[in-house]
Amino acid sequence: MARIIVVTSGKGGVGKTTSSAALGTGLALKGFKTVIIDFDIGLRNLDLIMGVERRVVYDFVNVINGDSNLNQTLIKDKRVDGLYILPASQTRDKDALTREGVEKVLNELSETFDYIICDSPAGIEQGALMALYFADEAIVVTNPEVSSVRDSDRILGILASKSRRAEEGKEPVKEHLLLTRYNPGRVERGDMLSVEDVCEILAVKLIGVIPESQAVLRASNVGEPVILDEQSDAGQAYMDTIERLLGNEKEYRFIEEEKKGIFKRLFGG
Amino acid sequence: MFLKLAFTRGALYHVEQVYIAQSHVRANFHRANKITTPTMSDTNIELKGSGFTLSVLHLQNNDLAAAAQALESKISQAPQFFTMAPIVVNIEKLNGEAVDFQLLKQTFEQLNLVVVGIAGATDEQKVSAKTAGLATLNAAKGQVAPTDTNAPVQTQVRYERVEVPVEVEVPTYKPAMVVKQNLRSGQQIYARDTDLVVIGAVSNGAEVIADGNIHIYGSLRGRAVAGAKGNDSARIFAQKIEAELISINGNYWTSEQLQKACWQQSGCIYLDGDKITVSSLEI
Repeated sequence: MARIIVVTSGKGGVGKTTSSAALGTGLALKGFKTVIIDFDIGLRNLDLIMGVERRVVYDFVNVINGDSNLNQTLIKDKRVDGLYILPASQTRDKDALTREGVEKVLNELSETFDYIICDSPAGIEQGALMALYFADEAIVVTNPEVSSVRDSDRILGILASKSRRAEEGKEPVKEHLLLTRYNPGRVERGDMLSVEDVCEILAVKLIGVIPESQAVLRASNVGEPVILDEQSDAGQAYMDTIERLLGNEKEYRFIEEEKKGIFKRLFGG
Repeated sequence: MFLKLAFTRGALYHVEQVYIAQSHVRANFHRANKITTPTMSDTNIELKGSGFTLSVLHLQNNDLAAAAQALESKISQAPQFFTMAPIVVNIEKLNGEAVDFQLLKQTFEQLNLVVVGIAGATDEQKVSAKTAGLATLNAAKGQVAPTDTNAPVQTQVRYERVEVPVEVEVPTYKPAMVVKQNLRSGQQIYARDTDLVVIGAVSNGAEVIADGNIHIYGSLRGRAVAGAKGNDSARIFAQKIEAELISINGNYWTSEQLQKACWQQSGCIYLDGDKITVSSLEI
């Protein structure tokens, strides 16, 4: 049985797809057979971030409608073994996802995969609800600013009331908080909420803090998950997150402002 | 004498409701208003259709003096109930006989009753009722007074007593609603007729409502409305007050006022008269 993890946030533009790509790739790097599903029907982005946009033939909606089978549709990543992508349809809308259809696809994937990462669209409508409905765990991506925190709070409420686990009265969806675009300098200056502030408001266990990084934008544009950039702070932070997701203790990095030495101050970083 | 008869007939007690539908009147009013005074706004008055429960008196014959006598003894049994009571007189049983409406009005006025209208009138009766300044109403369907053919004495006055629903407060104990979770943005909880206890935080954008008190063992960042059904003595207790809004029986404070009074502190919020007051929970 695969672990189904939804990457969600409520708010748009906080880094759901970037995180889905990084975490999925990270799990595959750890040797788990992983599939990342793009639930953002109509605004497909995951294939771009993963750099597989030219290899998309069939999509998620095709599989649901029975136009293609999973073998034809899944795109195998060429960089990491055991990593697959199920792209979204760009020409349909979110109502194309039916609960029965999604369940059927997830059940089939569960037989062969260890992890299923559901990359949720923004919002709290049909698409987002479908992405989180079958989840066992949820990674709530939040930026350290009030509107993102508020929307994350909303989505946490929905997870607790509208997921399958909630409806069937099972053990609730396991919630994790992933703080992205974290800038310790701006936190110190009071421009941004601190890790402690966000954790206090959301009352969810923290799983990772990803620093605001040039590497993320660069990775997106070249279509390579940032976790593959081992030199970058963001890549390392995602790798730490994977360790915590797998149950290993890992100290937090990049949450204090780097103290610049005299040479760095003089000659630049 | 007559009344006794009326009482012995159990079937005489029932409610008759006369609905006066006024929606068409309202439409006409608006139209007329537009034509005559196009610039005047009609915010001064508002016409609305509404239903009232009225007592209907069925006259069995045209002998008003006898009817008055019977009514008088009836009223003496419950004078409070009848003082200036609005009443509708049903004259269906008179079969179109001409009625002296002026006299009828006076008769009832002397008994401290207000005749608001006539029901069951023929067209001719309606005309004379209007000249006497009485409204004509259509008798409610199925409300024709039953005649008992076995009655040994001819009843002259039939009186239908109106049942006035009186809400009797039955003091019952209802256990408090206990919620053991964080209430997230967008979630709403209502504790009907009881207290609400939240073991957890109430987030921004969440709403907790109770007809009784509200206790929050966590941060209150959302909205809390206590005494929702009109209870001045309801209170809100919270471990840490950072609320968007708190309200007790319609009196409310927004975060602006809370920030000045008790921000991020624990406290008990209650009404002193109609003024919201916060007291510390520190002992």
